[in-house]
Amino acid sequence: MPRRRLIVLAVLFVASAVAYMTIGARGNWGFVLEFRGAKLAALCLVAVALSTSTVLFQTITQNRILTPSIMGFDELFVLIVAMGVFVFGMTDYLVVTSWVQFVVSLVLMTGASLLLFGTLLLQERPDLMRMILTGLVLTVLFRSLRTLLVRMLDPNEFSVVQVSSYARFHQIETGLLAIAAATIGAALIGAWAMRHRLDVLSLGREAAINLGEDVRRGTLQALFLIGVLVSVATALVGPTAFLGLLVVSIAHAVTPTGRHAVLLVSAALISATTLVGGQALLERVFGLVTPLTVVIDLAGGVLFLVLVMKGLKR
Amino acid sequence: MGRLLLGLVALVALSLVSLFIGVIDLRPGALLQDPEALQLIAVSRAPRLFAVLITGASLAVAGTVLQMLVRNRFVEPMTVGSGEGAALGILLVTLYAPAASLFAKIAMGSATAFASTAGFLLIARRLPPTQPYMVALVGLVYGGVIGAGVTFVAYQNDLLQMIGVWITGEFSGVLQGRYETLWLAAVAAVLCFVVADQFSILGLGHAASINLGLNYRQVMLFGLLAVSLVSALTVVSVGIIPFVGLIVPNIVSRMMGDNLRRTLPVIAMTGAGLVLLSDIVARVLRYPFEMPSATVLGVVGAVVFIWLLYRPARHAP
Repeated sequence: MPRRRLIVLAVLFVASAVAYMTIGARGNWGFVLEFRGAKLAALCLVAVALSTSTVLFQTITQNRILTPSIMGFDELFVLIVAMGVFVFGMTDYLVVTSWVQFVVSLVLMTGASLLLFGTLLLQERPDLMRMILTGLVLTVLFRSLRTLLVRMLDPNEFSVVQVSSYARFHQIETGLLAIAAATIGAALIGAWAMRHRLDVLSLGREAAINLGEDVRRGTLQALFLIGVLVSVATALVGPTAFLGLLVVSIAHAVTPTGRHAVLLVSAALISATTLVGGQALLERVFGLVTPLTVVIDLAGGVLFLVLVMKGLKR
Repeated sequence: MGRLLLGLVALVALSLVSLFIGVIDLRPGALLQDPEALQLIAVSRAPRLFAVLITGASLAVAGTVLQMLVRNRFVEPMTVGSGEGAALGILLVTLYAPAASLFAKIAMGSATAFASTAGFLLIARRLPPTQPYMVALVGLVYGGVIGAGVTFVAYQNDLLQMIGVWITGEFSGVLQGRYETLWLAAVAAVLCFVVADQFSILGLGHAASINLGLNYRQVMLFGLLAVSLVSALTVVSVGIIPFVGLIVPNIVSRMMGDNLRRTLPVIAMTGAGLVLLSDIVARVLRYPFEMPSATVLGVVGAVVFIWLLYRPARHAP
């Protein structure tokens, strides 16, 4: 049964990709295909990175409400980029442009997220609600620190702080595409290789230990992959608050399974369809100027509230 | 009492410091000789000081009242939808009736803040009282959804810059003639102090309040009105100032308990002091430029909040 649903999802994805490439396209097809193709590739990379990191995070925390974005991962990355500029004086602080900056930020981010979230997740008796609250407050903290840093660098710039707070799906840093694709590809292979161990980890600490899985090691490995995936996605488009939550919740509804071999694929397809199709609709059909991410935030936030309230009834 | 006096002295000292910080060099001695110096104080420095003090004090009081209404320590008006609700109302007035007066904006902002806060109370009531963090979490997301709605409307109408002014609280725009409505927030805070006992009782819960002869609905309604009014006035005049309504009541409650008749003056004073301190820091950090006070408070407040979350419990759980 999951096989048929996966095929339907794949068809939907192809349809949305075709729509993104062709709707409203005029003039030289060679140029259009190249220009839009790069964007399409970037969108797909971001989409898969986000869905995979969210699935990993929900598995190691064993709940369906947490996502790396809610816990402040992507704000941490943006803060690290801003700090790099503040300390080393790299020129353009809002977007990652050179691959040196990219690699340095990536390494710092992975280390910081392992340290910070590893400590949080591997507590003696983790309290889920307190952990989420911590994440939300950390998000505010990181964002305020970043604003402070950027303002220190350039007190007159106001709009840049504002703009960099939203994901930019319409203007993507395509210059980094090659290195981003390589990094995400490696992380995805890592996640795929872990898929059976993730099945075990999602059963909970006791069951996983019983089945011979080293929970601590598995958690840290997953955190490492999440750090890498979120860094690259954020470097490409910026923070993406509720997107991960939205698409993975849909994936759970469409393919209800505990097997990560299915879940990872279906979440990736749904994520890519949402991003590419949503962007095509928003940009080309409705002509809205609002970034897709604001719309997704709205929908994702409502979904989050519904999930919490539904969880209460059970 | 001694502590109260000490706090008052500190607040006055900070206020004096605040008066003499700014791009135009102003020394206390100049006040005696230079009429322009007096003018500067009257037009810019004093209004700013008053705005800061009123904002801090009334937000801290509003936070306390909201925490009593929800019966939860981890909520505050600016993060559970009151502030965002006010911004939404003001935005709608700006869009559909650009010529409307300031009072129309405040009235609309208060109304939408009231509606969104009431909505949060309705949701919070359905959450289990055994999970205090859950209420705060739902509140944050609820506020975030309304905030995303505000951003959406603003983006569609190219008003993002304007929204930025309301979302990030700062005091650099405060001048004589442009902040006076804030005194209404001070009035609301004083009124809350007048009925402080009733809020204390309200914090004991529905059954206990009715048992003690409290008109539960009436006090609830009054509290909601006060919180909404303070939120709307703050958002209109200076923008969203985070965390004051959250950490000040918590810290004071830790030190002095929950008898609001006794603690509300201290809460108001601490709130005023905290915002004043962050405003001073925001002004000198990158002199002569200014940071938004809300950003400074965001950093300080987040750190204190995490400390509040993870401090070891003093009593058996």
